[in-house]
Amino acid sequence: MKPLHVTLRSMNVPVTATSSNGFAIRADRVSRHYHMGETLIRAVDEISLEVGAGEFLALLGASGSGKSTLLNLMAGLDRPSSGAIQALGRDLASMSSEDLATHRNQTIGIVFQSFQLLPRMTLEENVELPLRLGETPRDDRPARVREALERVGLTARTRHRPTELSGGEQQRAAIARALVNQPKILLADEPTGNLDSKTGEEIMSLIAQIHRPPSGAGRTIVMVTHERVLAERYADRIVTLSDGAISREERLR
Amino acid sequence: MKLGDLTELAARNLREAVLRNSLTTLGISVGVASLVALLSLGVGLQQLVDRSVARAGLFDTISVRSRQSTPFGQDGGGRRSPRNAADLTPPRPLDDAARREIAALPNVLEVNPEVRFTAEARREPISQLVMVAGMAASSRNSGTLDGLNGHFFSSPDAQEAVLQGDLAKRLIDVGQAPATLLGQEITLRFAQRQALPSPSQQAATDAPNQAIGPDEEAMGYSIVPSEKKFLVVGVTPTSDSGGGPVGFNNAGIYLPLAVAEKLQVVQQSDLRDVARSSQAEGTRYAALNIRASSPTAVAAIEASVTHMGFAAFSLIDVTRNLRTFFAIFDMFLGIFGSLALAVASLGIINTLVMAILERRREIGVLKALGAADRDVRQLFFAEAGVMGVAGGLFGVLLGWVIGRAIQFATMIYLKRQGVTPPNIWSVPWWLVLGAIVFAVLISLASGIYPASRAARLDPVEALRYE
Repeated sequence: MKPLHVTLRSMNVPVTATSSNGFAIRADRVSRHYHMGETLIRAVDEISLEVGAGEFLALLGASGSGKSTLLNLMAGLDRPSSGAIQALGRDLASMSSEDLATHRNQTIGIVFQSFQLLPRMTLEENVELPLRLGETPRDDRPARVREALERVGLTARTRHRPTELSGGEQQRAAIARALVNQPKILLADEPTGNLDSKTGEEIMSLIAQIHRPPSGAGRTIVMVTHERVLAERYADRIVTLSDGAISREERLR
Repeated sequence: MKLGDLTELAARNLREAVLRNSLTTLGISVGVASLVALLSLGVGLQQLVDRSVARAGLFDTISVRSRQSTPFGQDGGGRRSPRNAADLTPPRPLDDAARREIAALPNVLEVNPEVRFTAEARREPISQLVMVAGMAASSRNSGTLDGLNGHFFSSPDAQEAVLQGDLAKRLIDVGQAPATLLGQEITLRFAQRQALPSPSQQAATDAPNQAIGPDEEAMGYSIVPSEKKFLVVGVTPTSDSGGGPVGFNNAGIYLPLAVAEKLQVVQQSDLRDVARSSQAEGTRYAALNIRASSPTAVAAIEASVTHMGFAAFSLIDVTRNLRTFFAIFDMFLGIFGSLALAVASLGIINTLVMAILERRREIGVLKALGAADRDVRQLFFAEAGVMGVAGGLFGVLLGWVIGRAIQFATMIYLKRQGVTPPNIWSVPWWLVLGAIVFAVLISLASGIYPASRAARLDPVEALRYE
């Protein structure tokens, strides 16, 4: 699968890629159930959802509503118990673990609430990691890393380790790492959850810029949050989850 | 992930827990060191025996006797062939014709008669009864006389003698070195055959009896005492210092073979030949010594000689058993040496399992960023492999040092016992290479469980881990 993605990139396919039916992500009656002792937990229960190409979707909901589980299913970090979930027209449920790894490396970028930078690596090494895993030629990597760090305004801190940075800087570095492979879809799991409100605003501005850059095509973004204000300000659509099911859907733009 | 990136990440991970990983690597090193030290000792001992046997000419020498000669004939020890009608016929004489036939066999370098006799060696006022042997000129370069004081015979006809160190000690005054005999003369007194003249010769002349020449047709002979002086030109090292010829040709005094032959000394086989009628061509030999071009040719030559009707004997079977013994000995040393490595492999498993627990979240991040199960597995394999290579290299070095220490201690001990210490330690290149490869293989095998466990980690669970 990797050569196919490389070929597409080398052909300068627009960043906002869509599946043949115009959706970046499509979930069809997707469920994720698991057992906790003898209790069956329905974390996601028969959700059907479509995310258009270039759309900014916010998933809202209380803790345990299933929004992070749904995001993990979209990322290919988890497999559905039933139903189908497609990303750019490809069914993630039927993919091999190798193909899912390629999907995570090439098709999507993930931003976590707790940043998930590797503390023993410098910023540039952290950002380089997806390139290593994607077997990007060594010679191409420095420019790609520099470009990603420039985009988030962290070129002065490339040799610093994550522990030497503020929370906002760490999240920006995590965003640079998510973007370094130029993914078509950015998945963000409460990206402002560990930040103060001012820094959270900065990060949301950055994500908004990634969604609709001043020039060029944007990206599809799915963001999990429990902050309705931020969702209303930046998202095109808000889907609210409750007990593993969609309870409300609002189109804002 | 590409090999370069894999190795870089593995090395980085190992550096992060440098103390724990160093201790694990040290465990591998100790295992490899014990393996190298023990096997180098086994190899060294085997080489010591090989050198001794080769120096004695045991590997490439075949002794040939007439079938009825003991100890190799039908009535003696050695190889027995089935008793059949041919055994009842008179034995084939070991004469010039037989010598030429044997010399023409493939891979035969030379065929020399064995001349051995008992004589009295005298250096006034001391005399000793001693075994004297003829020594072929080829022995000069065969290693038989390694460590010789003085020099080899100046010519094949020189009236010179080389003395075994132990005998030389008995022929000198107490406190003198055996080498003081060099340049001095010793007298040998031995039993000589003297031909009895044929009736025609008896009629023609009343000349006194003469020694039998090789072409003379004797009617019989008498045995008379005879004496001859020889110049001592060489003294071999004494046996307590590990020197001196051993094996087929072991004797107290060595003379040039041609000189020994001309002495016409009575040998054991002479009496039997007188008693038994045979149609020999020219000289009859008590025994012939064949020198083969290589130890591998000995078995074939031995078979050919046996087929010709003679009794042949070599120590090839004995050395084969010796080699089998050393193979088993080395195997046991290897097993004992590997035990430490087996314990070290448990250390690797422990270290890597600990690393999984510590780096659980990191593994989750790697998977989230696109690492396949294979990448994670290879990363842990690479870490085990790096520890294996480092442990192997350091272990070989450590084993070499331990081996040197054992050799050094042995030398000191043997020197105190008054024995010249032999080299009992050897580290051949195949042992170095084999130990490193073995360490890497053991390390990789130890990494199988932790690597597959790390690869199987659920990324969602791993990312939640604090």
